[in-house]
Amino acid sequence: MIHASLKELSQALAAKKISSVELSTLFLDRIERLNPDLNAFVTVDREKSLAMARAADARIAAGTAGPLTGIPVAQKDIFCAEGWTTTCGSKMLANFVSPYDATVIRKMHAEAGLVSLGKTNMDEFAMGSSNETSYFGPVKNPWDRARVPGGSSGGSAAAVAARLAPAATGTDTGGSIRQPAALCNLTGLKPTYGVVSRYGMIAFASSLDQGGPMAASAEDCALLLNTMVGFDERDSTSLDRPAEDYARDLDKPLNGLRIGLPKEFFGEGCDAEVMAAVRAAIAEYEKLGATCVEVSLPNSHLSVPAYYVIAPAEASSNLSRFDGVRYGYRAPEYGNLDDMYMKSRAQGFGAEVKRRILIGTYVLSHGYYDAYYLQAQRIRRLIANDFVEAFKQCDVIIGPTSPSTAFKLGEKAADPVQMYLSDIYTIAVNLAGLPGMSIPCGFAGGLPVGLQLIGNYFAENQLLNVAHRYQQATDWHARRPEAIA
Amino acid sequence: MNQWEVVIGIETHAQLATVSKIFSGASTAFGAEPNTQACAVDLALPGVLPVLNRKAVDCAIRFGLSIGAEVATKSVFARKNYFYPDLPKGYQISQMDLPVVVGGSLTLQVGSGDKAYEKVVRLTRAHLEEDAGKSLHEDFHGKSGIDLNRAGTPLLEIVSEPDMRSSDEAVAYAKALHGLVRWIGICDGNMQEGSFRCDANVSVRPKGQLEFGTRREIKNLNSFRFLKEAIDYEVQWQINEIEEGRKIQQATVLFDPDTGETRTMRTKEDAHDYRYFPDPDLLPLLIGADWIERIKDELPELPAQKRERFTNVLGLSAYDAGTLTASQEIAAYFEAMVAVAGQGNAKPCANWVMVDLAARLNKAGREMAESPVSAQQLGGLILRIADNTISNNIAKKVFEALWNGEGATADEIIDKQGLKQITDSGAIEALVDEVLAANAANVAEFKAGKEKAFNALVGQVMKAAKGKANPQQVNDLLKKKLAG
Repeated sequence: MIHASLKELSQALAAKKISSVELSTLFLDRIERLNPDLNAFVTVDREKSLAMARAADARIAAGTAGPLTGIPVAQKDIFCAEGWTTTCGSKMLANFVSPYDATVIRKMHAEAGLVSLGKTNMDEFAMGSSNETSYFGPVKNPWDRARVPGGSSGGSAAAVAARLAPAATGTDTGGSIRQPAALCNLTGLKPTYGVVSRYGMIAFASSLDQGGPMAASAEDCALLLNTMVGFDERDSTSLDRPAEDYARDLDKPLNGLRIGLPKEFFGEGCDAEVMAAVRAAIAEYEKLGATCVEVSLPNSHLSVPAYYVIAPAEASSNLSRFDGVRYGYRAPEYGNLDDMYMKSRAQGFGAEVKRRILIGTYVLSHGYYDAYYLQAQRIRRLIANDFVEAFKQCDVIIGPTSPSTAFKLGEKAADPVQMYLSDIYTIAVNLAGLPGMSIPCGFAGGLPVGLQLIGNYFAENQLLNVAHRYQQATDWHARRPEAIA
Repeated sequence: MNQWEVVIGIETHAQLATVSKIFSGASTAFGAEPNTQACAVDLALPGVLPVLNRKAVDCAIRFGLSIGAEVATKSVFARKNYFYPDLPKGYQISQMDLPVVVGGSLTLQVGSGDKAYEKVVRLTRAHLEEDAGKSLHEDFHGKSGIDLNRAGTPLLEIVSEPDMRSSDEAVAYAKALHGLVRWIGICDGNMQEGSFRCDANVSVRPKGQLEFGTRREIKNLNSFRFLKEAIDYEVQWQINEIEEGRKIQQATVLFDPDTGETRTMRTKEDAHDYRYFPDPDLLPLLIGADWIERIKDELPELPAQKRERFTNVLGLSAYDAGTLTASQEIAAYFEAMVAVAGQGNAKPCANWVMVDLAARLNKAGREMAESPVSAQQLGGLILRIADNTISNNIAKKVFEALWNGEGATADEIIDKQGLKQITDSGAIEALVDEVLAANAANVAEFKAGKEKAFNALVGQVMKAAKGKANPQQVNDLLKKKLAG
């Protein structure tokens, strides 16, 4: 049962082969056993989870269940959930119990009837690519416990990879769903900006943040995404579009699919074994009826610098509310008001968060704004235009998700620029607001390799179809880390 | 003083009269228990997001249309970043580069009587923003309390050009603006509650110099009197500084109403770098022609338009028209009166509103809206003066009777109290004859050339008629008889 797909779990629950309480208990027990080592969850509350499971069982019994009612999932600890400690991986919010539900949480709980197993570990305020910036300690990669699971949704990735949960939510500002999915052999989807509500999702960089599903397959992602999306009047950047069933097009044949291969993604800087796995996957797509065309994203080399201006700028302002006045961490001793601010924020934030607040404050400062922030916004438009041009020649863009497989814990922790380059292939997608996925496409040195699929705006259905057909023809996504069984 | 010219520009924060806040659904009502009108968004809990209240935009468009400004088809909300305990997000959502209202002007009447003149003050811009909460420094045993009820209340910040040249002009501007925002219903104008507060940028320069002097900004003036006192003090202070050889430093100052002095709060050196940037949580505000048209249709006739109509159509003086359009209540009262008394009686209607009614209200300490005499009643009274049913003097009696509720209409009171003017020339002639017969001495004096004796005779006739004889007829008849 722990390896079952969401569809299989849905059928088992509907057929009353297992109850939600039994299923949830199974996963809660695994968390209890395996989490102390993996550190994938920061909060587990068995009673709360089982109460949700009982409510789900009642809905199933009453015949009012939705397709995923009663299925347990893990929630990235960036989503506010009423009555749950919501830390965002930070000492600043270590004791913050949210009095309200994020829209995504409300939809998953109240509407879909999913059961939350707990809150997963993450890089502090989602700032990181290795989950090492978390106040609650690093997460171990289930494929090799000396290695990172990626970040910032590292806890969610490790939890699903180790089957502590059938699926999980993540958020992606520069690659935080796709990169950990790649490093943990998962399927992860970052939707088009505005498809998933950001209300109650603690903001890192508002114009880039987007929630999405992380699971074992494209089909699981599609089913989970169905419960997360929809227009939200509480989020002004939410898009009011007709509802779609993201499982609708999964089985469509890929004949005639035009795959764009950006030459900038196939040059230097990528690990050779990773590249070999990516090329093999492309060959597989050709077998499935797709044709390949070389495209160019000429400004993609500017995406990391532009991102590291825009994201810190927004973050420096978004994180101002953590001032020790109304909630969150306040220094135990301080003199005047300024001293309280300084000590509370100095003690409450970790090094990476402080680094980004400093960068962001700098680039927005009088005299620097035009040279940094405005310039980065111009580059952002150029990058988005590159994709518009590329999509005139192709339906999806394919390349590696990450230039390397999972690196060792501590390997890049001291070198922020090396760490930032982990997201070199994923960041442009956020800057353009496009949907992107990572799917497993092989192994290098025994570690998972992720294939990135980038679609045009609102092409989630097409991306899921392209991913699903590949997963019907291959079994990379079905591989599990041996040590975890 | 004479060789100095004063330059004043005013920034006004007008709280908009919306039911809910500018970016949340919480109530904006004043005076609730602390922190009972602050929702998750106002408290800036982690994860919450702002959603623009379109009613606040309606107010901004109304204002823009009423001052002949451009309503921007695209404006942008920006974050103004600074730390303060009553600013929960650590930034204020405001507008910087692209405000919702650009340009426009306000025409004011400055002074009164012979010295009255008209002045046009240009407006730079008006933009939407949110108010902060309040820090409470009393009653917390050395600690401060924070009340976030006001946090997120919509404000329209209205910025004038530095067009004013005296504190009188500044006060006239503030009053005209205050009248206008109340007129168009976007702000209740309650200055004690802080719904309308002004910052005055003041500088002085030698007369004839084109360049502006260095300005100091007097913050948060919440009465017209303080505005005048603060500017007068500040101007004198700046002139003294310069005359004693010191330079004015750009600064923000506070006015202390108790001492009547301004004191420096911060200078330019310790000014904040607010790090403005477009708020990524809010899309640009796009205002289409249809939105502007809708607001235009809802807009009442504006004071300036009314003034023009009052002078052109009703033949009133500019001063009268100005006084009658000081507020929508006065204008509405006057127009309701004219509707009853007829356009031909507009001038007496105006006089009665501005003089008799105003004095009576003042004596009773009441507002126009609380007048016991309705516009319809007063209009009815004017009709009876106009058709000679009563004289002006009797009309004052009737007015007092209406005030005291002695009758529902002027007609009823005139009837009941027998105040109808005597216009029967036979009856008046009889009275005149009677008086002439009884006052031979006066008659003799008049004939000897003493004009004053005539007035005494008129008085006697009126007395005999208990004030009800038509004064003109009495005059005419007396003259005829004395000449004959």
